[in-house]
Amino acid sequence: MSYFAFLAEHGPTLLLGTVTTIKVLVCSAILYVIISMIFGLMRLSKNPAIQGIATIYIEFFRGTSLLVQLFWVYYVLPFFGLSLEAFVAGVVALGMNFGAYGAEIVRAGILAVPKGQWEAAHALNFSPTKRIKRIIIPQIFPIILPPAANLTVELLKATALVALVTVVDLTFEAKQINSITWLSAQCFGTALLIYYFMARFALVPFLRWLEVLAARKVGR
Amino acid sequence: MEMGFRWDFAYEILPQMLWATLNTIIAAGVGYAIALVVGLLFLLGQRTPSKIVNVINREIVEFIRSTPLLIQLFFVYFVLPQFGIKLSAWLCGMITIGLHFGTYLSEVYRGALEGVSKTQWEACRALNFSTIYTYRRIVLPQAFPIAIPGMGNYLVGIFKDTPLLSTIGVAELFHAATAVGGYNYRYLEPYTMVGIIFLTLSIPAAMWVRNLEKKVNVAQGKAKQ
Repeated sequence: MSYFAFLAEHGPTLLLGTVTTIKVLVCSAILYVIISMIFGLMRLSKNPAIQGIATIYIEFFRGTSLLVQLFWVYYVLPFFGLSLEAFVAGVVALGMNFGAYGAEIVRAGILAVPKGQWEAAHALNFSPTKRIKRIIIPQIFPIILPPAANLTVELLKATALVALVTVVDLTFEAKQINSITWLSAQCFGTALLIYYFMARFALVPFLRWLEVLAARKVGR
Repeated sequence: MEMGFRWDFAYEILPQMLWATLNTIIAAGVGYAIALVVGLLFLLGQRTPSKIVNVINREIVEFIRSTPLLIQLFFVYFVLPQFGIKLSAWLCGMITIGLHFGTYLSEVYRGALEGVSKTQWEACRALNFSTIYTYRRIVLPQAFPIAIPGMGNYLVGIFKDTPLLSTIGVAELFHAATAVGGYNYRYLEPYTMVGIIFLTLSIPAAMWVRNLEKKVNVAQGKAKQ
């Protein structure tokens, strides 16, 4: 079977899987950004209880393996009466895991904002919320976007794991086709290429564009 | 079925889990050793004067870095036999992890070499040291401390990615937990124990790396003691 015949027969299935992969990526990216913002700010709180919770969360999710967390969410939570659909379980596990890594990036970003900005906001009698929301947060984006871009590429790669909890994504379809046809080189090779093209020619340019946009917003 | 955490069951499967942990540690160690060497090879490809070799090397590194380890595992495990190369799941896993993280380590090495000031090279040239002598006595001793934190981080990273090996049938910790869970139809205890074992191993390791990083920064004069 030539490669083109393989593509003609199984290409559409792989593309359907790719759509699911993109859905998983977008949902978990949104979740991880929200979580990293919340826990990044909590990590800098002066209240030891809030800071402690954030530290435990971050250390826990960074200290255990993503695959273990994913299986825990999907197979163990039902023991506690919480059954999540595979897609939801995958997104939750990815979002919570990457949120822990992202929180550290946010924390470092906030610390990198010059002290003078805090002092100026203080001097102008801005309320603490307004200080964070209007002065500090807008300035952290140019700082945190480059490391966050790396993390997001890692997230795209990590979405492959959701196939192991039966989410029908690109990896799942590739495995499925492999077990039917045994054309391993073709199906896993194609899957690798699709992931590569998604990362190199869609995700990375998009994130670079965001970086440029953020830098322009703060006048750099 | 009984709800809640069953301590007696956890105690019963503990020896099995600890044995499997040993396999996980071996897998991480061997994978890391391969990755260290592969990283050096990619670094060589990057630093050879030939432009073509540089470009090919960079494209290979980019490709490996932007595709999922899981599919790379499947690729190596299922495709090599088609070409008559029959390797065990263990060997496939080690090779794939070595290749995947080797690309990351080559970046660590590169960053460390670039961290050594250019003037060091110029001084060595002025003193008429040979290139090999310069590397061995001047550049590498300065580059190595810069590389240590990155190298440590990827050791922890490899350790946390070893559960992926269970998908091709390597009998490491996660594989054992899945087997035990499937046999008894109880996943709560095995998976929770895997999580705890990972935490107890990776948090001290991560702290150790952070400590090294601090020491290196102090030695480099970047931070106060």
